[in-house]
Amino acid sequence: MKKSSTSVQELPAAAAYRPTPPPAWRPRTDPAPLLPDPEPYRVLGTDAAAGAEPALLLRLYTELVRGRRYNTQATALTKQGRLAVYPSSTGQEACEVAAALVLRAEDWLFPSYRDTLAAVARGLDPVQALTLLRGDWHTGYDPYEHRVAPLSTPLATQLPHAVGLAHAARLKGDDVVALALVGDGGTSEGDFHEALNFAAVWRAPVVFLVQNNGFAISVPLAKQSAAPSLAHKAVGYGMPGRLVDGNDAVAVHTVLGEAMARARRGEGPTLVEAVTYRVDSHTNADDATRYRDAEEVETWRAHDPIRLLEHELTRRGLLDEAGIAEAAEAAERMAARLRDRMNAEPALDPADLFAHVYAERTPQLREQEALLRAELDASAGEGAGEAR
Amino acid sequence: MTAVGTVPVAAEAAKPATMAQALRRAMRDAMAEDPSVHVLGEDVGTLGGVFRITDGLAAEFGDERCTDTPLAEAGILGAAVGMAMYGLRPVVEMQFDAFAYPSFEQLISHVAKMRNRTRGAMPLPITVRVPYGGGIGGVEHHSDSSEAYYMATPGLHVVTPATVDDAYGLLRAAIASDDPVIFLEPKRLYWSKAQWSQDAPTEVEPIGRAVVRRPGRSATLITYGPSVPVCLEAAEAAQEEGWDLEVVDLRSLVPFDDETVAASVRRTGRAVVVHESAGFGGPGGEIAARVTERCFHHLEAPVLRVAGFDIPYPPPMLERHHLPGVDRVLDAVARLQWETES
Ligand SMILES: Cc1ncc(C[n+]2csc(CCOP(=O)(O)OP(=O)(O)O)c2C)c(N)n1
Repeated sequence: MKKSSTSVQELPAAAAYRPTPPPAWRPRTDPAPLLPDPEPYRVLGTDAAAGAEPALLLRLYTELVRGRRYNTQATALTKQGRLAVYPSSTGQEACEVAAALVLRAEDWLFPSYRDTLAAVARGLDPVQALTLLRGDWHTGYDPYEHRVAPLSTPLATQLPHAVGLAHAARLKGDDVVALALVGDGGTSEGDFHEALNFAAVWRAPVVFLVQNNGFAISVPLAKQSAAPSLAHKAVGYGMPGRLVDGNDAVAVHTVLGEAMARARRGEGPTLVEAVTYRVDSHTNADDATRYRDAEEVETWRAHDPIRLLEHELTRRGLLDEAGIAEAAEAAERMAARLRDRMNAEPALDPADLFAHVYAERTPQLREQEALLRAELDASAGEGAGEAR
Repeated sequence: MTAVGTVPVAAEAAKPATMAQALRRAMRDAMAEDPSVHVLGEDVGTLGGVFRITDGLAAEFGDERCTDTPLAEAGILGAAVGMAMYGLRPVVEMQFDAFAYPSFEQLISHVAKMRNRTRGAMPLPITVRVPYGGGIGGVEHHSDSSEAYYMATPGLHVVTPATVDDAYGLLRAAIASDDPVIFLEPKRLYWSKAQWSQDAPTEVEPIGRAVVRRPGRSATLITYGPSVPVCLEAAEAAQEEGWDLEVVDLRSLVPFDDETVAASVRRTGRAVVVHESAGFGGPGGEIAARVTERCFHHLEAPVLRVAGFDIPYPPPMLERHHLPGVDRVLDAVARLQWETES
């Protein structure tokens, strides 16, 4: 830029040298409709509850009770050494269950490492869903069987996958929506940003569900993000953001359902933030007393997703003591089966180490497999068996 | 060899008993001596890190010196670059080996190259602590040995301790270094006390020197980090077979101590490189090539490698088959073309 000879005192009035900016300067989309309501959407305990279908309420209830029992059973299995680690979703079951139940058979779920429960509620074999955490294999199920991507341990990295899959499905003319789950901490990762941006630009049929459970291991949301809410982040990408009470299973189901329908209509992605709480520690190996106080946990326990739904169901006469006991018994049977099956030693074949690195073993891998075989034969000769 | 000068060690230092304590002590002493040293990463503050290595630092120095960051590795390392540009000495914690990968863009494009790009005007004294390696039963993405990626990137120092003393000394040296240092912490040795020597270190050695952990005459085991105790155990066991094995602990992969390694192999005439990361394209190939270049006429046998298999790190229930153990090391030693055999 050339230096002007005009001295500071002689500058023309702003209007004279700053004409109206070109149209591209104006926001391309009106941000107002994209903004989340400041209050998380709730159904239970409001007038809207009357409109909720009894069948849906009961289905959600059964799944919540089973889910809670699944969490306590899996945590117990860590204490018995049957499971290497378990990140419990106790307190968050409403998000997990709603995420699973809102999907149609052809839709896809992209879970993070905490979302075993969503995968199980989607129909996955409970034992297969736990192999990652037990340690016998990284992913114990065929992702295509129930359309559940492998549980993702590196945070937020599954989000661009969801976008890509949804995009591909649309290119092929298939009616598929991808639902991707991420935690509040995961929203800080670059992959989160890139996924949302791609999704919005491509208008991909994908829904992002942030389970804001207050903490990323020890780090509270206030140290994670200064955004008004995580749902507000949507606006900057040009997609709507929705805030929902994550302990209200009906509200989560409704909001996700609307977002899925929107995606299916070709109107693009939605970012849903479910406000909930991680009642248990980060995993069984973590000690949450180091970073949060018991009082906070108790407040959230009072806002328990099962209690909220139970209250609505009994109020409407859809559930009585017998019904509650029946749901509990069904959950107990599930837990007992899970326990039994997890107590059986997993059958491990060390040759599996080499079986799936490539479609075909490289010469080097064949050599290494032979070396391991020889070692195993030698040690079998010494009487050492192949246990866990 | 790049020297970072000798750093005096706090005299009143209570002797740390484990590697975890030594690492913590090193950061604590460095922060106490130099106000420009800042620790940052995920969960490093209130929680003290998932391995508790930074425990107490936030309490002692405040959360501006020991900072819980948002969960974003590229952001953490990128911010550290800016901090270092402005005169601070950031010590970054990557929570686990495989979670450092989002930061590779910053690492490779900026951290490793900044001094060179600016003709020396903008050095980056950043220490990146990475708990690495397997053997702790971690689920996937918690056991990677990523040293080959770091080694392949000119501009980075790559250091890995195997003893409690070295954990302290090397981390002090890394923080004092005016260049970026990738500080690889063998996480399965965090709580080991076995390698603990009796004399407290009085000064910290510069980065770049290997040490002979065990003298021997028959062959040299060249190793580092988590494989050092394995090799020492193998050397003990080898005595029964009549082999007197020397064990060289590299301690620093970059810069590489050619002298110590070559001197050892010239003495013994045989060498096996041992590490747990994948062998193909792994550190052992570079090391074997260097040894061959320098010691060809002294070698009685090809330099062999014992490494992890060329597979993604396996699930915990199978990891013992993957990790090079004592038997696999001894088998390699047996293949070193001993004249007494065959
Ligand atoms: C890229 C990456 N960095 C670090 C980690 C280690 N880590 C595992 S869980 C976790 C906290 C996740 O918090 P959030 O996203 O809020 O999910 P939540 O655990 O609360 O469900 C961290 C830091 C990881 N898995 N991936």
